[in-house]
Order: sequence, then structure tokens, then C-alpha cells
Amino acid sequence: MLWLEQRPVPSDKMRWLSPLIAVVLTVLTGLLMFALLGKDPWQGFEVFFINPLKSTYAISELVLKATALALCAAGLAVGFRANVWNIGAEGQFIVGAICATVVAVHMGSHPGFTLVLMVVAGLAGGAAWAAIPAFLKTRFNASEILVSLMLVYVADLLASWLVFGPLKDPMGLNFPQTVMFESEALLPILVQGTRLNLVLGFVLIVLMATYILMYRTHLGFKMRVAGESPKAARYAGVSAKAMVWLGLLIGGACAGLAGMAEVAGPMGQLTDKISNGYGFAAIIVAFVGRLHPLGIGLAALLMALFFIGGEQSQQYLGLPGSISMVFQGMLLFYLLASDVLIRFRIRWGREGQSPAPPAASARVPEDGATT
Amino acid sequence: MSINLFESILFATIVAGTPLLLVALGELVTEKSGMLNLGAEGLMSVGAVSAFAIALTMDSTVAGLVAGMVAGILLSLVYGFITIHLMANQVATGLAVAIFGVGLSAFLGKPFEAKVLEAVPRTVVPYLSDLPLIGRALFAQQWMVYVSWVLLALIIWFLARTRAGLALKAVGESPVSAHAIGLPVIRIRYFAVMFGGAMAGLGGGFISVFHTPMWTEGMIAGKGWIALALVVFATWRPSRVLLGAYLFGGVMISQLFFQSSEVQIEIPSQFLSALPYLATILVLVLISSNVKMIRMNSPASLGKPFLKENA
Repeated sequence: MLWLEQRPVPSDKMRWLSPLIAVVLTVLTGLLMFALLGKDPWQGFEVFFINPLKSTYAISELVLKATALALCAAGLAVGFRANVWNIGAEGQFIVGAICATVVAVHMGSHPGFTLVLMVVAGLAGGAAWAAIPAFLKTRFNASEILVSLMLVYVADLLASWLVFGPLKDPMGLNFPQTVMFESEALLPILVQGTRLNLVLGFVLIVLMATYILMYRTHLGFKMRVAGESPKAARYAGVSAKAMVWLGLLIGGACAGLAGMAEVAGPMGQLTDKISNGYGFAAIIVAFVGRLHPLGIGLAALLMALFFIGGEQSQQYLGLPGSISMVFQGMLLFYLLASDVLIRFRIRWGREGQSPAPPAASARVPEDGATT
Repeated sequence: MSINLFESILFATIVAGTPLLLVALGELVTEKSGMLNLGAEGLMSVGAVSAFAIALTMDSTVAGLVAGMVAGILLSLVYGFITIHLMANQVATGLAVAIFGVGLSAFLGKPFEAKVLEAVPRTVVPYLSDLPLIGRALFAQQWMVYVSWVLLALIIWFLARTRAGLALKAVGESPVSAHAIGLPVIRIRYFAVMFGGAMAGLGGGFISVFHTPMWTEGMIAGKGWIALALVVFATWRPSRVLLGAYLFGGVMISQLFFQSSEVQIEIPSQFLSALPYLATILVLVLISSNVKMIRMNSPASLGKPFLKENA
């Protein structure tokens, strides 16, 4: 029989191996799924993992998708570290996009200045949307999980009302969208011939800033303590309310910035389907990236593969694009399951009896204590 | 307001509240065992699509509902395995259920979009349905509505009057003590999670087979999350879940009221659609601010894993 034995100390190695195990299991399950659906598994693998890396342009598209995910996830990770469960990044993304759009549409031509103001509007819009669950949590003890999630639907409807009403492009043949932005309101392209723009710089700044905040400042230390042991944090005089505010505001601002970059980047306008599920996928990115900025960067690239693969699976595999969400959910399942290996090891044999080899008896003190 | 309008609003309120009632009751039982399954949205989605697909292909309403429940149970078992056996964080795992379930339902449901089921006829209860004002709304509904009342009564009885119900609550209050007096904590938690999955699947099935009756991607539209809030609103008491479910059912059909010929108010439809979500937030705020009441009524071990080694 297989059974689990608690490790004396959590394994750091497993903390980083677990996401890799989860990715491998997800890919294998994916191939099996393709086979079961009567598709050629290799072709499925090609669509998801080869095609998005085939050309410079394809890679630039991949990186562009990853930027939105990384921005949202980096902000969320700060909150998750402090045990603040903001799952409404999707809504904060939309409101950031809305605020940036209002600036873009209503500002005259002010080269440079317009973009700066749009960035500020995106950051502020996302943060303001996240401030609602922060206020209701700290003042009324309302679950930030449910409030932030409910606000996703509200943000979605708000965007829908705007693009069907006040912000609708009068020349847009009644399509639910705003006018296309002027070039001053678009992020400058970094690599000619692609759509990859200045947002990449935002991502690098945000990843670095969150790294410094979490690992190099006293405040970040306090947040991590608050997340790992609320009791210890309370004794140390860390204000739980301040952590809720910080976690949500940073998460909201980052998601809002991602929303701004979406309307000022690949979209060039606001539509009623601006977000694409980035905010939810970012939750997975944050976990797969181990809430660490470097990991988040890598996980965002991986998740971008799923997004692009999903978009193309309709065309090449005749499968609905929602297959991407299935893979995302599966990846999170496998990750959470593999994480058991951080605190436990798998043993074979009768439960409670470790088949201690003779050589192991020499180092019994620490190892034998738990068996 | 004319009598006719009142009747039709009450009728529609109950129809809209029924899936919330089913899902929230299931979640309540799950949470009573100390398990916090945030995946209701995903469970409802797979339930809805499975129920619709089977009801359509097998031409049987009952088979559809059973399929919805089975789908809910299967997905909840994944949640159960990861949280109970592998002791993963329940919040994160519940989120995974929600994301996976919504995605899977969209994937599986593609071939069934734009198809319509024949409406399930109403079952008119003789005499009672002739009662003035409330008769038609309460006693001329589709039969699943009556089933939801029976389930509510059974759950109230189970939790208050049976040994098994007591064991369930004991596990939710303190799994360690429950284990010490010989209760099978792990098995009880699995059953509670599966029951929640079945009820969420049933609730999803009600929407796709009885209410609409059709399947479109995203049709659950947050009802699973609202059901989670309802459990808090009801402070973990099943009878209050009924009240909350119909209250929210009423908010959901407010469009009907505003668009009726008698009350002509120009309100953007998006605002009316946002009402249930705003109402959820309002209700959470009103209930949660009473910290003492929440602490007294919520299962003490809610969301915490159970390690046998520490028992």
C-alpha cells in the first residue's frame, strides 16, 4: 500500500519540482484526451507547444499574452502571500481598461502625456475596484473572496453598458466597441513587425518591484509572516487590516495596469469582451509560479501557450477553444495534488512502518523521530 | 400592482430561487463537515451541461437530472481527494474546481448549443393551486420545485434529528475530537463533499433542463458563487437558506418587474443584471459584520485540513 509520511521539514526541492510534475502530468493527460477524442495526440502537442514557438512573430504573440498574465499574477501573489484571497483580478483588469479608455477617448492630442495619464488611470481604476472588497473586509468582515468575485460580474456589465451606450463608437455600425484609439494613446511597439509593445517594460518593473517588496523590505517580511502564521503576526504587532488593504490594492493596481495595456496595446479600443479570462488564469499563474516573481514570469509564458493553443485548436483540431480552460484547471488540480510532496513523502509498505535500510540507522535522530 | 403581476412575479421568483436553494443546501451540508468547497460554480456548470446532454439524447428528464448529479459527484470527488487525502488548501482547490468545471462545461457543451429541450409540463396540485394570490405560484410549478422542498425538509430533519447528522456536525466542529470518539472523519467528509456535488449538479440540471431549457456557455453566470454567499446569509441554517434563495430569486427576476407594462422605468438592462451581484455583496456585508453570530454558527473547523497524525 502507498501511504504518506510527514517530512520533518517541508522540502524546498519539492516546492519547485511540484510545478514541473504538474506540467508534465497536465501535458500527458492532454495527449490522452486528444487520443480519446479521436485526434492525433502529436498534432495536439504541435498546436499547443510547437506552433506558438515556431517564428519570431509567434513568439512575440506568446510573450504579449504572457505580459497580461504576469502583471495580474504578480499583483495577486503579493496578496496571496499575506493570505488575502483576491480572486477578482478579472474585474480589476476590466475597470483598469475602462478608466484608461475614458482617458484615451476624452483627452485631446497630447503626445506622451496621454499615455502617462492612461497608465495612472489604469492603476487607479484597478486599485479602486479592489478597494471595495478591502473596505468591506476590514470594516464589515465580508469575505474578500466572494465580494471580489461578485465585482467581476459587475465590472463586466459596466463595460458592456459603456460600449453599448455612452462610449459606443458612433461610426461603429452598432458593434459594442469604442472608437479605435489615436496613436498617442497606444503603447509604442518594441519589436518592429510584431505587436509586442512597451508593456514588456511594465512587466519587468512590476516583477522586480514585487520581488524587492516581498523579499527585501520589512513590509514584505511582515506580509509573509502574516500569511504563514496569522497568530505570530498578531503578536508581532502586524496589522491584519493593513495587510488586507495592501494585498488588494497592489493586486488591483497591477490588474488594472494589465487592462490598460490591453486596450492601449493589441486591442486598441474597449470592447465588451476585453478580458478573455486573464484575471482567472492569473490565479493559476501565481500558484504555479510559487508566488515568486521569477516563477510567475515562467508560469505566465507557460499559461500563454495554453491560451494560444486554445485559440488555434478550433482551426487545427476542430476542438472548442474552451479546451484551454480545461487545461488550466487541470494544471491547478495537478499542482495542488503534487504539493503534497512538499510536506510528505510517499512510502510503500505497511502504514507507519518505514522500511529503514540499515545504513539509515546512523542518522536516526532527525529522521526516525517521526516514524 | 395587479394581482396578475403579483402572481407572475412570485411564480418566477420561486423558479429562479430553486437552483440557488438546491446548490446552497448541498454546500451547507458540505460545510457542516468542515469542508469549504468554493467550486459550486464549476459543479453547477458540469451538472447543467451533463443534465442537458443526457436529457436531450435519452429523451428523459429524470435521466438528465441523474447525469447532472453524477457529474457533480465525480468533480466533487476530485476536490475531495485533493483536499482530504492530499490535504491541499481548500480555498485554492475549490477555485480549481470552479475554473475547471466552467471550462469543461463549455468544452463539452459546444455540440449542444442552440438546441432546445421540450419544456417539462407544470404539475398542478388540485385545490391548493386555486388558493388566492399564492396558489398558482406555489402549487402549479414544475415537479422539481416540489422536490426541492422535500429535500429541504429531509436535510432539516437529517441535521437536527439523526445520529448521522450529529456525527456530520461533530466532524465539522472538531475533526480531532470526532476521530477520538471513533467517528470515521475521512469517510464522513467524503460523503458530505459528494452530497454537495450531487446537489450542485442537480441545481445546474434544474436550470438547463427545467428552467431555460437549453444550454449556453456561461449560463450559470455566478449563481454558484451566489449560493456560497447564501450559506453565509443563512448562518448555516437550512430553513434560512430557503428564505435567502427566494429573496435572491426575486432580485434575479427584477427585470420582469421593471419591464412590465405597468411600471415603465428607463433603466439600462446591464444595471438590472448587476443587481443580484450587488445584492450578494450587500447581504454579505450585513451578515458578516456581526462577527459573533458568524463565529457562533459557522462550523469551527471550516476550511481546515484534518491530519490523522495530529489526532
